[in-house]
Amino acid sequence: MSGDQVNVVWLGSPTFPQAAHDALQDTQLRRNLKHATTTIRDKRLRAVAELDDWETLREAGSQIKDRVMRHLDEYLLQLEASVTAAGGVVHWAEDAREANRIVSELVRAKGATEVVKIKSMATQEIGLNEALEDDGIEATETDLAELIVQLNDDRPSHILVPAIHRNRSEIRDIFQREMGKHGIAAPDDLTDEPRVLAEAARVHLREKFLRAKVAISGANFACADTGTVGVVESEGNGRMCLTLPETLITVMGIEKVLPSFSDLEVFLQLLPRSSTAERMNPYTSLWTGVTPGDGPQEFHLVLLDNGRTKTLADTAGRSALHCIRCSACLNVCPVYERTGGRSYGSVYPGPIGAVLTPQLVGVGTSEHADSLPFASTLCGACYDACPVRIDIPEMLVHLRAKVVDAHRGGVPKPEALAMKGARVVFGSPRRLAWAERLGAIGGRVAGIGGGRWLPGPARKWTGARDVPVPARESFRAWWRKAGRR
Amino acid sequence: MRVALFITCYNDALFPDTGKAVTAVLERLGHTVEFPAAQTCCGQMHHNTGYRREADSLVGAFNDAFRGYDAIVTPSGSCGGHVRHHHRTETAPNVYEFSEFLVDVLNVTDVGAYFPHRVTYHPTCHSLRMLRVGDKPLQLLRAVEGIDLVELPEAESCCGFGGTFAMKNSETSVAMLQDKMGNVRKTGAQTLCASDNSCLMHIGGGLSRVKSGVRTLHLAEILAATR
Ligand code: SF4
Repeated sequence: MSGDQVNVVWLGSPTFPQAAHDALQDTQLRRNLKHATTTIRDKRLRAVAELDDWETLREAGSQIKDRVMRHLDEYLLQLEASVTAAGGVVHWAEDAREANRIVSELVRAKGATEVVKIKSMATQEIGLNEALEDDGIEATETDLAELIVQLNDDRPSHILVPAIHRNRSEIRDIFQREMGKHGIAAPDDLTDEPRVLAEAARVHLREKFLRAKVAISGANFACADTGTVGVVESEGNGRMCLTLPETLITVMGIEKVLPSFSDLEVFLQLLPRSSTAERMNPYTSLWTGVTPGDGPQEFHLVLLDNGRTKTLADTAGRSALHCIRCSACLNVCPVYERTGGRSYGSVYPGPIGAVLTPQLVGVGTSEHADSLPFASTLCGACYDACPVRIDIPEMLVHLRAKVVDAHRGGVPKPEALAMKGARVVFGSPRRLAWAERLGAIGGRVAGIGGGRWLPGPARKWTGARDVPVPARESFRAWWRKAGRR
Repeated sequence: MRVALFITCYNDALFPDTGKAVTAVLERLGHTVEFPAAQTCCGQMHHNTGYRREADSLVGAFNDAFRGYDAIVTPSGSCGGHVRHHHRTETAPNVYEFSEFLVDVLNVTDVGAYFPHRVTYHPTCHSLRMLRVGDKPLQLLRAVEGIDLVELPEAESCCGFGGTFAMKNSETSVAMLQDKMGNVRKTGAQTLCASDNSCLMHIGGGLSRVKSGVRTLHLAEILAATR
């Protein structure tokens, strides 16, 4: 499915539990994920512990984002004015289709048939590469991990480490098999040593960097007051894209705007420590419009809505837009650790994906989107890790309620009936005591026959777990009998 | 101080021994406790599964049942956390998870218990991250006479229960459970302790299925044990 049909790129995957089923069978995947998330998790804790004002920074980040969301329209207009004043051109795109059309027309106007790209979630979200391909334009991802994923015709499974699910020898095979089809081939004696693999990618990409007339980037931030756009990265590939080509097109979600240049101070501290556990990003690129004789001579900024204003309208759900895509929540999430990113069926995986995706596509519009808010145990690890303090568990519960409400009316599902039934029982202590006695008798009868394997939906429990046999006597019955007050 | 027991619906029906143990410990410390019989359920399961209307309709009854008490003590971190965070009522701030009540309100860590076994402790997510009970349960366990308390590897990772998550995403839940069980077995403990019977029901159900020989006990039951 491409970005044309729905506005967030789907993998065409089934609901979360079904997609997770496949991922859970893949023991290699689970080992790779466990290793990667545990390593990065520990490193992040150490990096964060180095700053004694970490909590203050988080609070500052959260407040700035809050302010941005309250006055998003004003900041965006200000951004447009300052980018224009600096010699850039601003385009507004309401959805995926419009954004893709804008970018494609800009590329074709330059007579280019290939573009280099620096990691951009927004362009993945709208399915830009596929749309460009339809128009005869080849887009090359230049981030090492993205390249691995793209060469293998795969999908990223992590925001920051898109190839987190691949190990070294798998990568060697992909390079060997695919690089030649798209440009300079990998050498015959390619080994799985990281240095050797990186060199092969460097040679393959260098040719593309030097040839490309147009580059497409994402943006981590854009400052409304100065019109400065920023990208942080750790390989330098971004810097190549941002400086070498004649034309630079940046596609940015509208929520990425910051009020002022000085706000960068907060986010450039929060982001690297939360994402890669580094004190600073190896490469921070900031550009403001165009500078004659230096860097791209044409700069286009595409401001993408694609469901964001709709998300903004829900005051309880909007803080999902605060996300700075650091991926800390993925790395600490026990569900993500087991299932990997692709089970989430969206370019936004993990805890943030579970709250952002359903909002961008709309709750109640697809079974898959509706399954995402339930893909969590509400353990709260994501909330603790989030550098801008997004209360993801609270939002998950909020979205669950929206899902349930969207399905009220009509024929109730067994779960809805059970919930209603439980509500009736809990409505009075007498009914509860009565139900407990029935349960105790029923449970003990089942217990006589083993009680370890229950039929129907309960099998989902007894497949791997025994059930406690209800007590002969409830606490309340014991209390009453003992004549306590 | 008027202290009420909030036993929670599943403790009431499935794990009454926990409620009895809470009662025993508090009475041993010289306190009188009451069980307001009008209590039913705090609505956590409904709320967390998205049935907010059903959950909200239970809030008033909870408040009525517990009005007038100085402290409401519960052996469940998740139900306690739910009431404190989501019931906007006069009783909500008076709800304490059992270990919090002992350490913060009564200022005791040694409750005079005796439990000569190897025990490992799993800090359940809601106690840990919603109520921030910190190491209070461990302070209490460390003071138990005869206990051999061993640290659980990866203690703070979720066991995979998550209420209806265990059913809706049962395979992921079981994958998490297996890792938790593996860590429990590494400790060589005979008893796994936690402050929430819901997580214990899940982990204990798994441990029993594989005939691990490890039993699960609520913190209150260990603290209630004496010579
Ligand atoms: S939700 Fe928070 S932790 Fe997760 S990616 Fe976004 S900023 Fe990072």
